[in-house]
Amino acid sequence: MEYFLKLFLSGTAKGSIYALMALGYTMVYGIIQLINFAHGEIYMIGGFTALILGGFFFSKGMPVGLVLFFSVLLSIMYAAAFGFTVEKIAYRPLRGKPRLSALISAIGVSIVLQNFVLLSQTEKFLPFPSYLPEFSWLQPYKAYINSTQLIILAVTTVIMVLLTLLIKFTRTGKAMRATAQDMHMAQLVGVDVNRVISVTFIMGSALAAIGGVLICSYMGQINYYIGFVAGIKAFVAAVLGGIGSIPGAVLGSFILGWTESFGTGYISSDYEDAFAFVILIVILLIKPDGILGRTQKQKV
Amino acid sequence: MKRRNTVLMVFAMVSLLVLSGAQSAFGAPVIKIGVAGAHSGDLASYGLPTVNAAKLVVKDINAKGGINGQLVELVIEDDQCKPELATNAAAKLVSSRVVAVIGHICSGATKAALGIYKDSELVTISPSATNPPLTQSGEYPNFFRTIAPDDAQAKLAADFLTKTLKLKRIAVLHDKGDYGKGFAELVKQYAEENGVTVALFEGVNPGAPDYSAVVNKIGNAKVDGVVWGGYHPEASKLVQQMKDKGMNIPFISDDGVKDNTFIEVAGKYAEGVYATGPTDTSSNPLAIKAIEDHKKEFGSEPGAFYLNAYAATQALLNAIAKAKSTDYDKIVAALQSEYVDTALGRISFDKRGDIIGFGFSVFQVQNGKYVELK
Repeated sequence: MEYFLKLFLSGTAKGSIYALMALGYTMVYGIIQLINFAHGEIYMIGGFTALILGGFFFSKGMPVGLVLFFSVLLSIMYAAAFGFTVEKIAYRPLRGKPRLSALISAIGVSIVLQNFVLLSQTEKFLPFPSYLPEFSWLQPYKAYINSTQLIILAVTTVIMVLLTLLIKFTRTGKAMRATAQDMHMAQLVGVDVNRVISVTFIMGSALAAIGGVLICSYMGQINYYIGFVAGIKAFVAAVLGGIGSIPGAVLGSFILGWTESFGTGYISSDYEDAFAFVILIVILLIKPDGILGRTQKQKV
Repeated sequence: MKRRNTVLMVFAMVSLLVLSGAQSAFGAPVIKIGVAGAHSGDLASYGLPTVNAAKLVVKDINAKGGINGQLVELVIEDDQCKPELATNAAAKLVSSRVVAVIGHICSGATKAALGIYKDSELVTISPSATNPPLTQSGEYPNFFRTIAPDDAQAKLAADFLTKTLKLKRIAVLHDKGDYGKGFAELVKQYAEENGVTVALFEGVNPGAPDYSAVVNKIGNAKVDGVVWGGYHPEASKLVQQMKDKGMNIPFISDDGVKDNTFIEVAGKYAEGVYATGPTDTSSNPLAIKAIEDHKKEFGSEPGAFYLNAYAATQALLNAIAKAKSTDYDKIVAALQSEYVDTALGRISFDKRGDIIGFGFSVFQVQNGKYVELK
């Protein structure tokens, strides 16, 4: 039972890591039906920015709390600017063209950004210092969950709730939903579609940066390639939960995390990926749009 | 029509031959040597030091007038440690007419490239590919290496954990790659022969952000030691997550982890980790010179496999000099018969291509440094 609980918590922690990234995939897909493959790279860039700024602030003798606050804030802004620019340069000109073109453009952006960081920073793995607080009251339970995992879980939950509220109750959220339903119609009734899409990318990239800082703190290392592996799994999680749906992305991530964790714990970690993809196939066979995905009616 | 095409083809080929002949007549004759390995990507820190080593040895030789009156020139190709890129790199080296190759770096990539070199009769000396079958299968008579194979390393690790650490029950993990899994399987085999129980033997996904599930599994298996076959990025995540969960059991790994990047990344979590790696040769004057030259030329400490690559290049150039030709059979014969003083000491190669005169030791991270245990 104790072992089960440990695996459950480890799966939960893993799920919240995937969820942090899956939210970004799902938001962009929900609005413009584009799988933004560059999302993983924005996450990596967010992490790198925080690492560089954190080191700089720390050397200036700032206290840890402020270092964390400013480096996270600035890396969010930097990553958001990246997301905004990428959309303008690589996706906007292809809007209305076949979806495959934008997809290929996304893969291209992903490769370009990876190599940009490889060349401008380093090919090496760098240590990522944890600026996150250690909770002393968690010490007795450290075999189950550690402070960083708990913070990631909490942040994921808060972000999911905020995003849901934002989409449900604000003007921007309404415009987003309208754009997602029918871009042309939304434009006709006066929604500034370009702005809505830009905002979506800015938000998605900001989330990626938060994810980058938290997940790198958890792993204790960073490298230009980390976005790729994490991105693939988060993408699977988003599809599993129903791509385009915010609660779906989180639910899908947890299901993926638990599947991998229990699969590893009770069977073998050799087949971790196999478990992930088997569960994906099973769910897509039963519900082709994912667990919480809305059924898309073909417009004839 | 057909005939005319043939005539054209012949003409084209003849003019090509004339052109290439002309080129070598005008330029000074050079001996081209390929250097292949990971020069970008995740594992570039394993491959780049080899390029530097080869450059420095060649610079020295050329300053002395080259070998057999010919200057030596390097042709450098990147394979990112990926087998599919390694075959491309190999094909490029063959077509640029190198006479031998220093490389590749990772075992998987080396294996992929070796078939091509074998068909083209090119001597290949790897500074770092430790997968045993590369020499032991007898499939690649053109292959040599200036590093002991994994089984030597695994045997040492298994003996160390049973005789020195006196472990009874261990977990063995690996990254599912040729190198890591090969090492892990051999440690398992030798440890079981020594009477140790291997309670857990599993592969994990390289690059995954989280290993807490498998770390829980290690805890549940009640082992008193963990062996990791693989590279340093995963090793540092594993030791970190193990220590975070309060598991303070010995962690024993291979020379993929005996890299200073591991200590930099894992920081305080690296303390106490054991890793097998090539015996320390830093008291050898040639090694000291090699390291000094590196600092002078590149302004930094050399990285992984630097001395192995330095020795590989020295041994190769020596063999070409002794053979007085770039003929494949003569180079092979010279490599196997001549002893040569290199940065690794006085070495030669056996009939299978494994190095004679250089081996492995166990190291431990103590106060942020790898210290050789005697």
